[in-house]
Amino acid sequence: MLLRRETPNLWTLLTPPAVWALHFLFCYVAAAIVCARYPASLDGLRLAIGLATMAALAIIAIAGRQAHRHWGFGSDLPPHDAPTPEDQQHFLGFATLLLCALSAVAVLFGALPALIIAECR
Amino acid sequence: MRVAGSLAPGVFLCACSGPQSALDPAGREASEVATLFWGMLAGAALIWLAVIGAAVFAGRVQKEPIGDRAGLRLILWAGAVIPTLVLAALLAYGLRLMPVLRAGEASLRVHVSGEQYWWRVTYERADGTRIESANELRLPAGRPAEIVLDSADVIHSFWIPALAGKLDMIPGRTNRLVLHPERIGTYRGVCAEFCGRSHAYMAFPVVVLPPQEFEAWLAREAAPAEVPATSTTDTGAFLANGCGGCHAVRGTAASGTIGPDLTHLASRLTLGAGMFANTSENRRRFVAEAETLKPGVRMPSFGALAPAELDAIAAYLGSLR
Repeated sequence: MLLRRETPNLWTLLTPPAVWALHFLFCYVAAAIVCARYPASLDGLRLAIGLATMAALAIIAIAGRQAHRHWGFGSDLPPHDAPTPEDQQHFLGFATLLLCALSAVAVLFGALPALIIAECR
Repeated sequence: MRVAGSLAPGVFLCACSGPQSALDPAGREASEVATLFWGMLAGAALIWLAVIGAAVFAGRVQKEPIGDRAGLRLILWAGAVIPTLVLAALLAYGLRLMPVLRAGEASLRVHVSGEQYWWRVTYERADGTRIESANELRLPAGRPAEIVLDSADVIHSFWIPALAGKLDMIPGRTNRLVLHPERIGTYRGVCAEFCGRSHAYMAFPVVVLPPQEFEAWLAREAAPAEVPATSTTDTGAFLANGCGGCHAVRGTAASGTIGPDLTHLASRLTLGAGMFANTSENRRRFVAEAETLKPGVRMPSFGALAPAELDAIAAYLGSLR
């Protein structure tokens, strides 16, 4: 499982942006379908986007904790560019941690309109 | 150089007011946008000062390099955390504006359709009756008006900077904009999406009136044209040359719907969709040289008509109050 790895790889690196992409798609597709077919009430859509946002943030948080471990808890400063397995691991861990932060912010920004917008117009 | 320096602030300031300025708002949405603009400008100035200050500090004051940890912390806070918080605040503020701007039931509905290169304007009263007009928009002050936008040919965009933001007019799609005009006056709307050769000549005056005056005007606009029966203003030349094939003048045999409704042409402020002042000389010129004055327009030039006939048509148009 991607979220319980001893060593990082490109797949663990891609997990947080993939979660962001899926959350983004879900929000837009769900809003488009609801506005096209059931525009009377947006409460159900809001709830669904809220749940999806919490799920996405939880996965990103777990990925972030794992990345923090892979990075060696910040024991060593970037740029992690020595040709050693340890530096490779720290580099991937640090890059994943930064992507986790970016993805978490993006997921929140993507969900914000659903909280505030009052109607489909 | 000194002259240029003293002129520059004037050049910037004169762009801030006038009939077509988002910075001189006369409607609720434009006020919100102007407030947002000034707030963002102040914020941007603060950030600019902080960045330049940091550069001066790094270059002039602190000559020793700072440590790796301090550098990383600076990148984390100044490069990631603060920009994210600023963007989040702006996003939340911007989104908060949207439902306020779009909601609300309007007592007046106006259908505006973009055509190359003019505006078909239809007022719809609460009882459903429709009043055809063109190339000018009149609205009551202090009351919301729903503007229903679509297009007959290509994509246009409806923008009255003094009242609200722009909204596209897309063929086959209906867009809705609610305007809340607050200040009485005359403003200018434009087409804000390139739509062809005469795109820049596709504008319209917007007149915001006190509500009672607006109702009186709408009642006059709904009535057929009142033409004084004199020999110089009869419909003869107008109808004989086929003007009625494209233009309607309610109360006469002219009932075309291809071009703008001319029923109360003489009471409008401009001619040719915001191109010229509505004077007798300009009316004559437009009939004679429409294709030259407004490239790509569908109306042919009637310059081949005898001068007396052109005069008669211009006089007739001038009588359509």
